[in-house]
Amino acid sequence: MRFFFQMLTLLVITACSPLAPVVYSPSVEGAPQSGQQTPSSSNSEGTSEYFRNIVGAPIYFDVDKHDLTAQARAQLDLQADWLRQHQDFAAVIEGHADEQGTREYNFALSARRANEAKEYLVSQGVRSARLQIIPYGKERPAEVCSQEVCYARNRRAVTQVRYATGL
Amino acid sequence: MIVRLIALLIAAFLVSPALAQGPLRLTITEGVVEPLPFAVPDFSVEAGDVDELAIQIARVIAADLTGTGLLREVPREAHISNLGRFGDPVSYADWRAINVQALVAGAIGLDGNRLTVKFRVFDPYAQAEIGSGLQLVGTLNGWRRMAHKVADTIYTRITGEDPYFDSRVVFVAESGPKEARRKRLAIMDYDGANLQYLTDSSSIVFAPRFDPKGQQILYTSYASGLPRIHVLDVLRTDSSEFDIKAGIMSFAPRFSPDGKTMVYSVTTGADTDIYSMTLETGQERRLTNSPAIETAPSFSPDGSKIVFESDRSGSQQLYIMQSRGGAAERISFGEGNYATPVWSPRGDFIAFTKQHNGRFHIGVMRTDGSAERLLTSSYLDEGPTWSPNGRVIMFTRETQGRAGEASLYSVDVSGRNLRRVRTPDGGSDPSWGPLQ
Repeated sequence: MRFFFQMLTLLVITACSPLAPVVYSPSVEGAPQSGQQTPSSSNSEGTSEYFRNIVGAPIYFDVDKHDLTAQARAQLDLQADWLRQHQDFAAVIEGHADEQGTREYNFALSARRANEAKEYLVSQGVRSARLQIIPYGKERPAEVCSQEVCYARNRRAVTQVRYATGL
Repeated sequence: MIVRLIALLIAAFLVSPALAQGPLRLTITEGVVEPLPFAVPDFSVEAGDVDELAIQIARVIAADLTGTGLLREVPREAHISNLGRFGDPVSYADWRAINVQALVAGAIGLDGNRLTVKFRVFDPYAQAEIGSGLQLVGTLNGWRRMAHKVADTIYTRITGEDPYFDSRVVFVAESGPKEARRKRLAIMDYDGANLQYLTDSSSIVFAPRFDPKGQQILYTSYASGLPRIHVLDVLRTDSSEFDIKAGIMSFAPRFSPDGKTMVYSVTTGADTDIYSMTLETGQERRLTNSPAIETAPSFSPDGSKIVFESDRSGSQQLYIMQSRGGAAERISFGEGNYATPVWSPRGDFIAFTKQHNGRFHIGVMRTDGSAERLLTSSYLDEGPTWSPNGRVIMFTRETQGRAGEASLYSVDVSGRNLRRVRTPDGGSDPSWGPLQ
């Protein structure tokens, strides 16, 4: 039941925010969409699961680039909002590259991408001390085909939050 | 788990070692295409119950020589005479009849744990011995190394090149699906034998690099959460994080030729630069400071210069600077991106990865950037490493797609003799150690 409830919450948010990720789940697609109330936000929003599902979608980069697209900035705006509202969380920003590059360069490129996301969050009022970047280069692809459709999904930065008081 | 290093005693016997080179000599040029035929009959046994070992030693020697692509074995089934006991006269005509141009005769003996291997090399056409007979003494579990030493000696006598078979390679053994690849450091003989794992797969590791003595390995690991340089002692299989400032992300380490200095990259995220550290004192020195990605540093064999890659021009290119840092001179000017330069131990070439038009190549160029030659081409080739004699390059080849796998390959510096190096799992990021 609890899972079902969270999924419904997610649907409502998605409807409100065209920039939030589209979530594919049979239980969501089959769920009734009318007559649901947005639940009181404080409890369910203040979790790393909420962040991951609602605002933490990866941001994507062009080939061999680390500058933020308009879409990436919009996604990071959501993340910055959430981080400003939930000061007890720290974030790790993972940088990634597609497999079309040498290992060391891709490692450094993925560091640039994660750093670009970090600096944007800082510019939106998130304290730098709460943000750590970790470059993964091409070591952890999200998609494994060797075509542009997969490469594009692997050139990414992913923000993950964890509860950490005292920052 | 730990392979004990065997001290090999090499003693000349039968003929003075001062004897001049034999009449047979294979000069390696771009023109050599037809491999030179040789034969290695099973070694004879002079002491101990080691008949099987006598066969295995001959097989390792034959595999080493064949693996160069410069020589071709005349199979045992084609032999029309036996050698008899070691020291018996050789029926040269019987070997000429099957076109054998280099004949290896050997014998082994086991006394307790003490293994003796002796061999001679003959030229059936000149009806003469090539060089002088040699005897090697070691322990039983060092028999493969002794076989490699024999093959190295034969290779050097016939080609005039420095030896390389008695060497090891450290690399990243890869297993599991592409999206959750498990990686651990492994070490093996250059031919894939005697593989041992040096780390478990609990954290990502990449790009291990041997020290000049083959005793320590620098590599990058996420063991602490952040990617940082680690150092591992090969004999004790004992690793620790390198003592660089906490919180700093460091990678792409490499030893200087004298083993006293390490060069490596540090990334702040926005900027990746090259540093060096004097290992004894921990003294760090920043060698580059442009806002570009500068990484993959590699020393010249005399330690005076460093070749590295930088995208300061807008794309990945190769540069050379003094090992103390300062101005760098760009040496790559062809089309595409150039990466992972590695200076040949001979000093004559720089091997690199080139990315162009969606293909990857391993190539070599002179140290001034001239005479560029691409040796391989595939979906993804990268990360060359040189054999100790600067004759062979090993590298990573990754196949494409969902089931894509990384494997180790080797290729002669001439571009011939592309071979897969057999490993039980996938393999990447090889670093070829020194001659033992």
